[in-house]
Amino acid sequence: MEMLLFTIFACAACGGALAVVLSQNVVRMAFYLVISLGSTAGLFFMLDADFVGATQLLIYVGGTVVLLIFGVMLTASGPFLTIKSSPGDMVQAILVGALFLGMVVVTVLQVDWEGNAVKLEGQYGASSLERPGYNQRGEGHTTRRIGAALLGARFDKDLGKQSGQLSTGYLLPFEVVSVHLLVVLIGAAYLARAKRRVRVPSGS
Amino acid sequence: MEGIGINGFLAVGAVLFACGVICMATKRNGIGVLMGVELVLNGANVNFVAFSKYGPLGLDGQIVSLFVIVLAAAEAAVALAIALNFYNNHLTIDVDRANELQG
Amino acid sequence: MMPVLATETISDFLSDEWGWSHIVALAGAAIAHVALIGAFFGLPAFAGIWAERKVSGRIQDRLGPTRTGGRFGWLQSLADGVKLLQKEDLWPNAADAMLFRVAPYIVVIASVAAFMFLPFSDGWVAVSLDVGLFLALAILSLEVLGIILAGYSSGSKWSLFGGMREAAQMVSYEVPLGLTAVIPVVLAGSMNLDEIGRMQEGWFWNWFIFHDPFTMIAFFVFFTVTLASNKRAPFDLAEAESELVGGFHTEYSGFRWSLFFLAEYASMYFVSALGVILFLGGWWTGIAPIDNFFRTNDTWVVNYLGNVLGFAVLLIKASKLVFLQIWIRWTLPRLRIDQVMTTCLKYLVPISCFLFLGAVTWSMLLPGRSAFGTKSSLGARAVETATVDRSPGHGLEIVATPIGTAEEGAR
Repeated sequence: MEMLLFTIFACAACGGALAVVLSQNVVRMAFYLVISLGSTAGLFFMLDADFVGATQLLIYVGGTVVLLIFGVMLTASGPFLTIKSSPGDMVQAILVGALFLGMVVVTVLQVDWEGNAVKLEGQYGASSLERPGYNQRGEGHTTRRIGAALLGARFDKDLGKQSGQLSTGYLLPFEVVSVHLLVVLIGAAYLARAKRRVRVPSGS
Repeated sequence: MEGIGINGFLAVGAVLFACGVICMATKRNGIGVLMGVELVLNGANVNFVAFSKYGPLGLDGQIVSLFVIVLAAAEAAVALAIALNFYNNHLTIDVDRANELQG
Repeated sequence: MMPVLATETISDFLSDEWGWSHIVALAGAAIAHVALIGAFFGLPAFAGIWAERKVSGRIQDRLGPTRTGGRFGWLQSLADGVKLLQKEDLWPNAADAMLFRVAPYIVVIASVAAFMFLPFSDGWVAVSLDVGLFLALAILSLEVLGIILAGYSSGSKWSLFGGMREAAQMVSYEVPLGLTAVIPVVLAGSMNLDEIGRMQEGWFWNWFIFHDPFTMIAFFVFFTVTLASNKRAPFDLAEAESELVGGFHTEYSGFRWSLFFLAEYASMYFVSALGVILFLGGWWTGIAPIDNFFRTNDTWVVNYLGNVLGFAVLLIKASKLVFLQIWIRWTLPRLRIDQVMTTCLKYLVPISCFLFLGAVTWSMLLPGRSAFGTKSSLGARAVETATVDRSPGHGLEIVATPIGTAEEGAR
């Protein structure tokens, strides 16, 4: 059953991504992108990362893709705009991409992940998802721990430890990202604002 | 989850990444290029979350992927603003037409 | 005995009793719940459509449907449905046929899937997740996508305008929606809708709407925003029939069109129930002795009856909000698109920011106290101290927010 779910999500994610590459109509590309990103959210849920999956759905699928389609509508010079890429480019790119994919997949298959994990566990301690914490069932109820980590408190690592040996949280990156978002908000509004037209003197 | 293991997820991530790179390279529509970027970032995210489940990365992997998602949204907003500006200047979204700086 | 009926969620039941693993149990629960909702939410959509016709008739000093199915026209929706099924399914030549056909399904899937995270009574929820509210809003926001695609792929200018308006409207209204929905989350210390509902047990002044003045206003802001996010009048710019023919669904007919219609009523019901759970006490009757009688009883039959009562209470409260939506639709004139955007960006966003700050300040300065001076019912204090005990000498003081239920803290 899990294998089946994984197969469905993985096929949808990869198929959607391929369709994005092969399709020439921008809005269809956006639709395939939604399929790909949505099934990736499904993969996140399978990996016990429920908060990340929900964020993916809300921000990527509900926000970014809507923004992209909005951009398509604002920049389309005709209905169902298609700009074809030249076949030569396509063949070259697919060749390079396939080589790259092959390289990555071969590398991934060659690494002994289990052995590595055992080695790293010896070095740094066991995977923190298995540690005693808020939810021991490992069901992906990660929201609280992520929230605490973003506030700088690492419940998943630090419970029961002395104050001298606490792990670092993510308070500073969180603040930096929020300031960054504000800057982006203002910057995007500035870039996309309607240019003031030169006033033409009216009448005679 | 025994049947799948980390390799399956990493393979999906690799496919997403490669598709994104091809998309960035071949699309002439500016917004298509943006979609390629989103795919690449998404492939990286799959890897992060997979490592957080199977490796010793723990919660850090998920938090990093959260930051990636947020920054991708920010990047999309700015890039879209640039695309709009580009359209205002060139009356097309075809990125091959932005060749004024060619000597 | 029959734990699934009394306390547990479907997914918990599947994983505990039948030994399914977590993700499979989630998928099973999703399928079961969608089947239930599909069967069940044909009914509210039916009732909603009938009520819409009847209420609008009364508001306009007409009788509304009177003949189909007896004196009050009960079966009017069924007749409508049969009529719609009989119509020819057509799409324009200029349309992008694939997207045109897919768009209604996206809308329906999004609005029905959101019900997965909605608790209908204490523990009667398909998937009780810590990210419940967040995920429900996320899935609900996918509905926009279907509408934009429908508008774009129709190959008609009216539809395109409708889609554009919907995109602009939804992207901006999601901000105040999120901000006002977060206020109860701050008070409850959880995004789990089940827990948010459970925090409002007891007398009705424990409901979050009466928690403090800020939440009181926040509920009305939330209600306004949900009107807009459902494209209900006065915010139905996407389909404004006097200017845009039919807006985004101009080119749709027959069953595909009725899918949009069903989705609209389903999400009307969903946001109303969400508002009830977030602000109006969820499934609690608001009269403490009644709830306590059902809750503290040991026999599972009484517990079960209590849950049925809660279910009925939730449905009644939500139906009242739906009625309010219909009432507003037939009373207020439609806004212009610039007025809609002004309402959101210049008024609702600042107001909801202010309310959020106010509610947070309230719960920081007067933790656990509401306007009526009662403490929140659940053992929030105990959890706080447990948290502090378990991470001694931590740099951050974890005081203001109660984290989780007592059971979880002790775990």
